[in-house]
Amino acid sequence: MILEARALAFGYPGRRIAKGLDLALSAGEVLCVLGPNGGGKTTLFRTLLGLHPALEGELRLGGTPLAALRRNEVAQRLGYVPQDHAPEYPFTVRDVALMGRAARIGLFGAPAARDLAAADAALEALGIAHLAERPYTEVSGGERQLALLARALAQEPLALVLDEPTANLDFGNQVRVLRQLRQLADRRLAVVFSTHRPDEAFHGASHALLLTRGGAFHYGAPDEVITAGNLKAVYGVAVHVAAVDGTRVCVPQFQTEECLAGFSKPPR
Amino acid sequence: MRDRRLGVYALTRSPRAANVAAGLALAALAAGALALGEVALPLGDVLAVLGSAIGVGSAAPEQAAQIVWQIRAPRIAAALLVGAALAAAGTAYQGMFRNALVSPDILGVSAGAAAGAVLAIFFSQNAFVIQAAAFGGGFAAVALAYAVAAAARGHDPGLALVLSGVVIGSLLGAVVALVKALADPLNQLPPITFWLLGSLAAVTPRDLALAGPLVVCGLLPLLLLRWRMNLLALDDDEARSLGIPVTALRLAVVCAATLITAACVAISGVIGWVGLLIPHAARLLVGPEFSRLLPLAMLLGAAFLVTVDTLCRTATSIELPPGVVTALVGTPAFLFLLLRTRRRWQ
Repeated sequence: MILEARALAFGYPGRRIAKGLDLALSAGEVLCVLGPNGGGKTTLFRTLLGLHPALEGELRLGGTPLAALRRNEVAQRLGYVPQDHAPEYPFTVRDVALMGRAARIGLFGAPAARDLAAADAALEALGIAHLAERPYTEVSGGERQLALLARALAQEPLALVLDEPTANLDFGNQVRVLRQLRQLADRRLAVVFSTHRPDEAFHGASHALLLTRGGAFHYGAPDEVITAGNLKAVYGVAVHVAAVDGTRVCVPQFQTEECLAGFSKPPR
Repeated sequence: MRDRRLGVYALTRSPRAANVAAGLALAALAAGALALGEVALPLGDVLAVLGSAIGVGSAAPEQAAQIVWQIRAPRIAAALLVGAALAAAGTAYQGMFRNALVSPDILGVSAGAAAGAVLAIFFSQNAFVIQAAAFGGGFAAVALAYAVAAAARGHDPGLALVLSGVVIGSLLGAVVALVKALADPLNQLPPITFWLLGSLAAVTPRDLALAGPLVVCGLLPLLLLRWRMNLLALDDDEARSLGIPVTALRLAVVCAATLITAACVAISGVIGWVGLLIPHAARLLVGPEFSRLLPLAMLLGAAFLVTVDTLCRTATSIELPPGVVTALVGTPAFLFLLLRTRRRWQ
């Protein structure tokens, strides 16, 4: 078991978001986290990363309680990919990937040959080795997302946590990134990612977690979690969940009154 | 890609070549600075003086040796030290605050040092007390800014630090203005004005012996942390997720940069522009990666200030304040860089 939460409650003192969350993710498994804006996805991720204390319950990373790990020990086990951002300075793509080695480089150290090799291997694995010398600020959004993913892979982690990795990407890159995540899981990583598109839970995820504003949640196999009833309850939108060529898709009932009514009055 | 921006990043592939070139230019400028002055010395004499100091070559002319060692060397050494130090502090702050418009005195160190020095002059203290007051004032201003920012929870820590630094700096600026208004216009105002404009004219070997070790103490952590500094350019959460104790690292950098800047300001007064401009020039040559950037920025900073100071003491019959010359040179240079690099500051 790589990533485990037992009876987890997360949120802020005086403003608990959810409680009683049990998660268990092994190597090769992918968890897709869905929920409305302000539904607590970011807080959950910060809690999983050890950046924010859990209110109750326990998190384990590779069998060790997260609370017992130092910051650099967490970084050696858990890679984080933030949302695409435009940094101030034009670091090269290789420099960005090398930053993933920070937890394995001494306080006063600089990247050694094995760090360069790990960074280049990560770029190679994601098919962006040819961008290594390019300024990170000048490559496309999809390539930046891959560079951040390469940085996380250079950490040589057991698990990856990705914050909306397909947001801000064009359609082709969305599919490419999701396929990449599935392939990384097949190479014995556990992967957690968040998204606003419920369809993505059917693209290679083994588990889905649907958070609601009220603090309730649905957790399980994507087929069980991403249902018309649950999506209606969480997002206030009527949806058909259909299957095309064996892959499930969520189709909003755009033309119906029911759909519009849902928009005007989201359930709390 | 590279061809499109000819010159930009031209030396990225070889930071060592950039450092060697800058080092050679620096040595040439320093030797030239030793030769130039009220009494111009032939460059051969200067080299003979320097050579005989390390036991190479023939004996140097007595008078040339005296001019070089007694008159020019302390001042030139101070220019090299202050230039390299301010450039290093500026490079560190620009990276840490993720803002290329930041200079070493963003947290109020110069304003605090100026307030300390001006008050000491007002109360007619000797040179040592003025320097100590400048150093202490600079440090106290930054410590206050840091304490306010640490107490201001719920804000981005970097932003809170800059804001409190700017506000405290402006309060101290008012203190300086008040003292100037109250000061005796004949005996106190001239040294106050002189100090506020900055000058290397009065630097003595004793000043160097005091400030030099302090500057080195501040530079050492920056040089040791040179690679890790890169991670401060990321969001705090992002850097933490990569294993970096952001708060501790930021505090270490603030302490180091404040030590450097306060020690410089204590001996040279407020010399602007070096810490703002030089990191840009260095970044243009080798890119933003801090371990490549810092050594080059220090070399360029030393070269820049020794050139400026030589101009200050030789260009006209009176001694020009270096702060005026750095502003005259710095403004067009900075505007050039700003226009040149706008594409990458999206």
